[in-house]
Amino acid sequence: MIETEYNIYMQRPDPDELLKNLHAETHSRGKLKIFLGYAAGVGKTYAMLEAAHQRKAQGIDTVVGYIETHKRKETEKLVESLEVLPRKQVEYRGTNLPEMDVDGVLARHPKIVLVDEFAHTNAPGSRHPKRYQDVQEILDAGIDVYTTLNIQHLESLNDVVAQVTGVIVKETVPDSVIDEAAEIEVIDLPPDELLVRLNEGKVYIPEQASRAIDKFFRKGNLTALREMSLRRAAERVDDQMRSYMQTRAIPGPWAASERLLVCISPSPLSERLVRTARRLADELNAEWITLFVETPQSASMSEDKRERVANILQLSEDLGARSYTVTAGGTIESIAQVVMDFAHKNNITKIVAGKPLRPRWQEILRGSLVDSLIHKSRDIDVYVVTSGDAPSFPKDESPWKLHSSISRYVWSILLVAMATVFGFIIGGRISPTNLVMVYLLVVVIAAVYLGRGPAIIASLLGVLAFDFLFIVPYFSFAVSDTQYIITFIALFLVGLVISQLTARASEQAQAARQREAETAELYDLSRDLASSADIESILNQLKKHLEQTFERTIAILLPNQNVLEVKISSDDLKLSDEEIAVADWVYRHAEPAGRHTNTLPAAQLRYLPLKTASGVVGVLGVGKPATSNIDLSPAQRRLMESFANQGAQAIERATLEEQTQKISLMQSAEKLQNALLNSISHDLRTPLVAITGALTALDENYIGLDESARNSLIDNARGEADRLNRLVGNLLNMTRIESGAIKLNLEPSDVQDLIGTAIEQLGARASKHQINIHIPADFPLVQMDFSLMVQVIVNLLENAIKYSAENSLIEVSASAADSKARLKIFDRGVGIPTDDLNRIFDKFYRVQRPENVSGTGLGLSISKGIVEAHGGIIRALNRENGGTVIEIELPLGQ
Amino acid sequence: MTQTNQRVLVVDDETPIRRYLRAALTAQGFTVYEASNGEEALNAVLANRPDIIILDLGLPDIDGIEVTRRLREWSQTPIIILSVREAENDKIAALDAGADDYLTKPFGTGELMARMRVAMRRITNKSDEPVFQVNDLKMDISRRLVTLNEKEISLTPTEYDILRLLMQNVGKVLTHHQLLRQVWGNAYENEMHLLRVNISNLRRKIEPDATRPTYLITEAGVGYRLRMNDANEK
Repeated sequence: MIETEYNIYMQRPDPDELLKNLHAETHSRGKLKIFLGYAAGVGKTYAMLEAAHQRKAQGIDTVVGYIETHKRKETEKLVESLEVLPRKQVEYRGTNLPEMDVDGVLARHPKIVLVDEFAHTNAPGSRHPKRYQDVQEILDAGIDVYTTLNIQHLESLNDVVAQVTGVIVKETVPDSVIDEAAEIEVIDLPPDELLVRLNEGKVYIPEQASRAIDKFFRKGNLTALREMSLRRAAERVDDQMRSYMQTRAIPGPWAASERLLVCISPSPLSERLVRTARRLADELNAEWITLFVETPQSASMSEDKRERVANILQLSEDLGARSYTVTAGGTIESIAQVVMDFAHKNNITKIVAGKPLRPRWQEILRGSLVDSLIHKSRDIDVYVVTSGDAPSFPKDESPWKLHSSISRYVWSILLVAMATVFGFIIGGRISPTNLVMVYLLVVVIAAVYLGRGPAIIASLLGVLAFDFLFIVPYFSFAVSDTQYIITFIALFLVGLVISQLTARASEQAQAARQREAETAELYDLSRDLASSADIESILNQLKKHLEQTFERTIAILLPNQNVLEVKISSDDLKLSDEEIAVADWVYRHAEPAGRHTNTLPAAQLRYLPLKTASGVVGVLGVGKPATSNIDLSPAQRRLMESFANQGAQAIERATLEEQTQKISLMQSAEKLQNALLNSISHDLRTPLVAITGALTALDENYIGLDESARNSLIDNARGEADRLNRLVGNLLNMTRIESGAIKLNLEPSDVQDLIGTAIEQLGARASKHQINIHIPADFPLVQMDFSLMVQVIVNLLENAIKYSAENSLIEVSASAADSKARLKIFDRGVGIPTDDLNRIFDKFYRVQRPENVSGTGLGLSISKGIVEAHGGIIRALNRENGGTVIEIELPLGQ
Repeated sequence: MTQTNQRVLVVDDETPIRRYLRAALTAQGFTVYEASNGEEALNAVLANRPDIIILDLGLPDIDGIEVTRRLREWSQTPIIILSVREAENDKIAALDAGADDYLTKPFGTGELMARMRVAMRRITNKSDEPVFQVNDLKMDISRRLVTLNEKEISLTPTEYDILRLLMQNVGKVLTHHQLLRQVWGNAYENEMHLLRVNISNLRRKIEPDATRPTYLITEAGVGYRLRMNDANEK
């Protein structure tokens, strides 16, 4: 049995529908039952009252909210035995108009209340302008309502009714209210009977409308209205049924309303078939579906055949059908099976097929699709329609097409000739039965290597040759011994069968090779994706592979904070906003859309969701190939889906990696922050130890301490207080720099002054080192914020002092060249490890080596901030023979 | 040089600072009055007639600069303002408004006393003394003669004027604006480069080591000060 595989867009229980139904069933709102008629007088009120009585007899609390009996005796009699709630008298312009007492109903709270004339307009001053709104309130309270309504009061039918009857109905009810009703009972009366009743005066007519009523109560109008109401009720029933079926996933078909299926093929007849189906669907007022069945043969269709199929599918969609494509095996049987399965699953009621066009004998040979369909159709009707004049077969439909080239035929003839020659050589030494084996061998060889046609030729020629040359009577085609006929037939059949088998085998081999090629491509893709580290390279690889494999333009969209953006696309491919909107739809619904699909088919590209187990990570857009309009074949579509899946997983992987990195960065940043806070806390508190210590010692033991001890405590505390002050200043500066609050007060300044002031501020700290200053006498004034730059120099000198031995030399020099001033501070200290030369300007960075070095490591960072705020550069270099030089470059200014 | 019973008004909204100042100044023999905001300060000056006012710039009601301005409308009492390190513009404004000197918080008692001495000395020393001397630098205004270590130095007229101004206010800070206005004129208030160049030249002439000035001190961002004798400074 040949395997069939199909992709069918199956009707699974729709979760939204399920929810709606569930909601409807369990909600404690009251249920509305509408008694619907097509004209006054058909008996709605009467039917409603009858139903009320039945309920009452069942013990259900039923009362009358508002009934208009129009003084008809039968109606009044029914009302008598029911509890009638008193009406409310609403005063309007001096008169009292009776309306339903809504509050009374709510207070009474029966199980069912009867409210006549659903479309009635309440008197001004009532709670709601319309009675149906009163009914909504009653339903909200959990009370069921029975009501009556004429079809012409439906909002959506208003214009139709006006057209048909010439009467414009003013009191209308929105369809949504009707749609929500739990039940609609159609009260029907043949128009003739209604007219009789009218004449008997049994129909209530308001006096004002008498003239209009004549016009209204014409038979034609009544019939039309009746049909409208019956049809509306039927539509509703169909909806309900479909809803019911969806909830329970009952496969069809439920032949309630018609649904047509048309099968198409690349033949031009399909176009006519589609149009015929459309007309049929119109007549039956049915939905219709176009189906194209792909077979392995059609997988090797020519380009323009493929295009024809695409066009026919598009045409059918334009005509109002939905189109699908399914795949099947190569035989008629499997095609028919696939079609029927589709039909059953989709509630098809009628299949439309074209009349068989092939000659009978071909049908016998190959099978007829229509026959198979008919045999399998069970309860589905098959309409076999004519498609116009008998068409001429386009050339490639001819079954006589020579699949194999001429040379192969020549070869097969040669083989036969060789066999014959061989026969001559061996001659009389073998009996004909054994000789025939040689011919058999030839036929087999021809079948395996040369194809069906040559094999048939080979068997034919072989038989003839064999008969002519080796069978008594020799050199004639007569056959004396009739058993050779069997041989001939056998030879022939063998050739045929083997060539058929071989053809099939080679087709399957072809398919397998195709699949292998696909798998190889897929493997290539996944290998390249696996070696891609970040999203960019993943997208590049995806694009490359997709473009190469499918030869189409590609666009990939990824979400950026839940908004899709085009991340990569083929050259010359620009996506308009509408295209991106389609992609957005795909992203949100996780279903394909766009060109050649059933959703938003006007789009330029076909969009596929990039889906993984955790959701949609992006959207892939596929354009049309450069030279034609063809859609992807199902096999290609499958492959593309596989590509898309791979891509989606790779993207997800990369995204997760990025996130993980971000998280670990955040974690390490947090750790760093904590470390820093601890460090600052320590550095702020340490000076206080000495200060508090000194003060408390002096406080508690002033007498006990001798003078030198006291002085020592006091000096120590003073030094620490200074240090704390400087630290606070540094922290403040750092904060200012970080928040961008540094405002430069630029003034032309004297560099010598700058250095001098800095040294002055260092005070005693600079006393243990030798500081040489080399500034040319006529050095120009430099634009800078003097106080801030003083701090910079103080920081740098401090560092030089801290990191070099006492009495070592510190030098400061200044030079000016190409509108820049360069300041350099040299020390002969311990130097900076080469790796750290850049990092020393980082916040809180302290070179590890020297012990006992204090300070928070902010100085250089602050200096860098200030220098850079001036538009300058600061860098550190190691000197030959030990030590460091810090260089500052500042723009000279005007 | 301290005199007993000199009166000082301390204006600061921070109680701990007032306490510290009271203690330090009382130890130096001053009578200390306190005010914690601008209004109180103005009233206290009228009521107690202090010899010197220590005024914090960061007052809750009227800011220190405004207090200075109002005081200067009718009083020449020396004012020393207290300010934080970064608020240079405030210091300049206060000095331009008439304050005599400033102290940056936190400050030491020594600094405080030195500034106070300088500020009060201006009043007592208002005579037309023609000769000023700071360490080895001597300036005789009547003869327009400047000598360093008894050797005459030749100064340009501008440099001379600058030095004279600084000498007359020795120990006190003079803002850039004050120097520019008084040496060049009101229109030259913002010509910083003029001042810088002249100061630089001046330093080269009078300082033993121009790179480490001992007389002409830069008050970063505010102005310049001619430093008094080291002996008096301590």
